[in-house]
Amino acid sequence: MITLQHYLLVSAALFSLGIFGVLTRKNAVNVLMGIELILNSANINLVAFSHYNSANMDGQIFAIVVIVVAAAEVAVALALVLTLYRLLKTVNLDQADILKR
Amino acid sequence: MVMDNLQSLRYSLPELTLFVAALIVVLVDISLKSQRRFLNPLLTLLSLILAGYFSLRGGAADAGLFQGMLATDSFAQFFRLLLILAGFLVVVGSLDSDELSTVHTGEFFVLLLVVTAGMILMTNSTNLAMLYLSLELVSLTSYIMVGYLRTDRLSNEAALKYILFGAVSTGAMLYGFSLLYGMTGTLNLYAIRDTFMSQGVSSFNQYTLLLVVLLIMAGFGFKTAAVPFHFWCPDVYAGAPTPVTAFLSVAPKAAGFGILVRFFFSGMSQATGTQWNIMHGLNWPVILVGISVLTMTLGNIAALTQNNLKRMLAYSSIAHAGYIMMGAVVLTEVGLRSMLVYLFVYLFMNLGAFLVVTVIYNSDKTFEIDDYAGLLRRSPFLAVAMSIFLLSLIGIPPFSGFLGKLYVFGAVIDRGIIWLAVVGSLNAAVAAYYYMKVMKAMILDEGDNSLPPLKISPINLSLLVALLLPNILLVVFWNSIDRWVTASVKLFNNSL
Repeated sequence: MITLQHYLLVSAALFSLGIFGVLTRKNAVNVLMGIELILNSANINLVAFSHYNSANMDGQIFAIVVIVVAAAEVAVALALVLTLYRLLKTVNLDQADILKR
Repeated sequence: MVMDNLQSLRYSLPELTLFVAALIVVLVDISLKSQRRFLNPLLTLLSLILAGYFSLRGGAADAGLFQGMLATDSFAQFFRLLLILAGFLVVVGSLDSDELSTVHTGEFFVLLLVVTAGMILMTNSTNLAMLYLSLELVSLTSYIMVGYLRTDRLSNEAALKYILFGAVSTGAMLYGFSLLYGMTGTLNLYAIRDTFMSQGVSSFNQYTLLLVVLLIMAGFGFKTAAVPFHFWCPDVYAGAPTPVTAFLSVAPKAAGFGILVRFFFSGMSQATGTQWNIMHGLNWPVILVGISVLTMTLGNIAALTQNNLKRMLAYSSIAHAGYIMMGAVVLTEVGLRSMLVYLFVYLFMNLGAFLVVTVIYNSDKTFEIDDYAGLLRRSPFLAVAMSIFLLSLIGIPPFSGFLGKLYVFGAVIDRGIIWLAVVGSLNAAVAAYYYMKVMKAMILDEGDNSLPPLKISPINLSLLVALLLPNILLVVFWNSIDRWVTASVKLFNNSL
């Protein structure tokens, strides 16, 4: 029997992994993958809560909204990563350090 | 009262105008190649004026729109006018900027219209899904605006830093929303409040509630550039084109405070007469007090050592976010009024300071404070104007910045939190040092005597005058401002 707690554990694990990925990865594309994990962990929460607790569909609709926004966000982020690659010939975030100097 | 979709349309005319205008500008930009340089800004300005007219004429109904997705009330009305005014001033300020003149600016105006409409929707949201959607609309368009100079490494890295930081902050906020939805079973702010009230906050897990408030503050703190979610701010402000920086430092910050107030006041406290009461066990003002003190202290201390004026103004804008947040923690109408006054006067002084930065970059190609030496000799008007903006930012009495500080500190003392007012005024004293440092460079330092007098284009000159007047004269119209903000603190309260 899969209960709400199982879903919440998976989503908490995904959220933590996402934060971990964002903090430790040097490659810009990997950082974006971490961000996707964070957003999808919230989606799992929303759908699970909607299924188990609530009488309405709000959570599932919200999850669809989040998926659409995440796609738009990745489009903008990848465009910026591409521009970075054109300028620097690398997507390593450690070398994008001109603002630190 | 909650209206259905068709009834709601006539209360959303300003936002609709902006979205339609954005589409028209896109069409004009791709079809009328010869006239577009002149038509794009003209259409943008006209549509902003039209949106402002609609929001003035629409009056302030007190209702929920689109089945409770948005609210329209006098508070929303205030932010509509403030944000449209900010958009208008930034469009005029971007017309003559050397940074933006090297690229095609058609999309810039489109983005500015969309982001203005997005910010209005954001301050009006009363549903978590709508809140998230409009906040991301504002964020995504601001990322593109920051990275607008595609061939410029500075601009690109600033935008990348902004989007990575922003995506994580809003992701954390979204996780907080999902937990809040799980606890209350609804996405509507008023239904969330009613659930908390009917079931009692103590029946929920205290640590989960604390976690939810912290996660959601990550999103709002990111928008308002509050510590500890401020790390993007100096780099993004330094890297973005100056008109965009000016825009980011006032408009999304104001919208962030708008939604912060709407979320915490409507969704997480009880309205009683002229003040709001926290629900027992859901003590979010404590977190806001901590963030406010940290924000102004850290912002001011970090600003002390900056040599780049854009960076210094970035840290100063972080510090100002701390002052404004003081108005939210007291939970009274007086406090709310002080936030609105502060945001209103802050608009003119900060846009003015950034406009001077733009003008000087146009002729000298520099943002370093040391290069401002001898400005009094090269352009007395510019030096005096900048001094007035800086004095206003410090909060010296004849200028309008004083009004903001007066209201905020007054609200805090009114509620009996004397120590917070003391911390605030100590901070204001520290801030005076780094603003004065710029004035010293401009007025007392000799600088290079061979530099020619500085030229100001007619557009920038008229905008400078238009920004100087409110800074000097708002104190005279104190009464009308007070009446306006007093009428603007009525939040829509969808009671059962």
